[in-house]
Amino acid sequence: MKKSIKVLGPGCAKCKTTYNNVLEAVKQTGVEADVEKIEDLQEMMKYNVLTTPVLMIDEVTKIKGRIADVNEIKQLLLQ
Amino acid sequence: MFHWLQYFADWVVYTMIGMSSRGHWGQAINFFLFDCLKIFLLLFLVTTIMGTVNAYFPVEKVRNFLSRNKLYGFEYLFASLFGVITPFCSCSSVPLFIGFVKGGIPLGITFTYLITAPLVNEVAIAIFAGAFGFQVTALYVGTGVILGIVGGFILGKLSLERYLTPWVQRVIKDTEVEQRFEEENFSLLHRMPSILKGALKIVKGVSVYIIIGIAVGGVMHGFLPTGFFEQYINKGQWYAVPLAVILGVPMYSNAAGVIPVVQVLVSKGVPLGTSIAFMMGVIGLSLPEAMLLKKVMTLKLIAVYFGTIAFFMIVSGYLFNIIL
Repeated sequence: MKKSIKVLGPGCAKCKTTYNNVLEAVKQTGVEADVEKIEDLQEMMKYNVLTTPVLMIDEVTKIKGRIADVNEIKQLLLQ
Repeated sequence: MFHWLQYFADWVVYTMIGMSSRGHWGQAINFFLFDCLKIFLLLFLVTTIMGTVNAYFPVEKVRNFLSRNKLYGFEYLFASLFGVITPFCSCSSVPLFIGFVKGGIPLGITFTYLITAPLVNEVAIAIFAGAFGFQVTALYVGTGVILGIVGGFILGKLSLERYLTPWVQRVIKDTEVEQRFEEENFSLLHRMPSILKGALKIVKGVSVYIIIGIAVGGVMHGFLPTGFFEQYINKGQWYAVPLAVILGVPMYSNAAGVIPVVQVLVSKGVPLGTSIAFMMGVIGLSLPEAMLLKKVMTLKLIAVYFGTIAFFMIVSGYLFNIIL
């Protein structure tokens, strides 16, 4: 099944790094996924975010408040 | 604590390179080397410790704790200390702000957090400790925490809710959506590489400013006579402190470089209170932060918010000039 990945963050350096790491992890694992970057605050608050960046896979928050590195995301994707 | 580093710097500059310990350049380069080593060592240490704390810090639980319990005023203290611990990334402050208000935490307590978070952050603590020693750092941190408490308390009394942007007011009324979150249970050992990487990234990000700051400080240290600034800036000028705070606000981007320079200004005769007020303005109030806050607050509220903080920074500056 295609995974839905969301990176939430108001566009700071940490959020961009996370987003790029996600793209890299998706490429390396070959997992089919929709990657979405959510920068709009109002949209973000629907997910009840407290610390950014947030990485969500299939609507479940996996990592929040820190940069997730490529290997970590790969592990999460392959679960 | 840093005698060994001073010995090392003395040895390198005066013995190995063979510069005179009485010459201007010798003193300047010795200062530069010693300060660089000291500040970078502390910076790496403090950011690593803060990174570790943060990796395990349960933000959600703190919010629930603050919103559920009646703490008889202590909630301001907790919110302020919470601001010290969390890393300050200006982009996290706004989501946190909304998350707090949405969770039913009074606006005043949220303001307390919002004041302390940038004012007392890990980078500032480390550079302060390197430049001014631990006593002045403790004084700065203590003042920051109290300023957050007092500022938040007063802002809370002004019932400023109606000056939040309309969508935030709606968010506050909305019911809480439970967030599903899988607890991360990586061991510390597993987490350490990414914590160290994060710390290094922070250090790298500010290193240019620090090196420039210390270089400027080093030259001033070597070439200006002690007490040089006393004739220009002294405790007698009533306008020096407010001016220092206002001048500090636009200098945010180089906060890391400003502290080492101010260290030398103080050693050459600028009053410490005026200097602390200046650095609070530099670190605690910034235009990028105001831009971010515009998404959740009306201009009027931002003005009241900044004005209140600036006022208390000025008060603390005067206070220190009197006491110290």
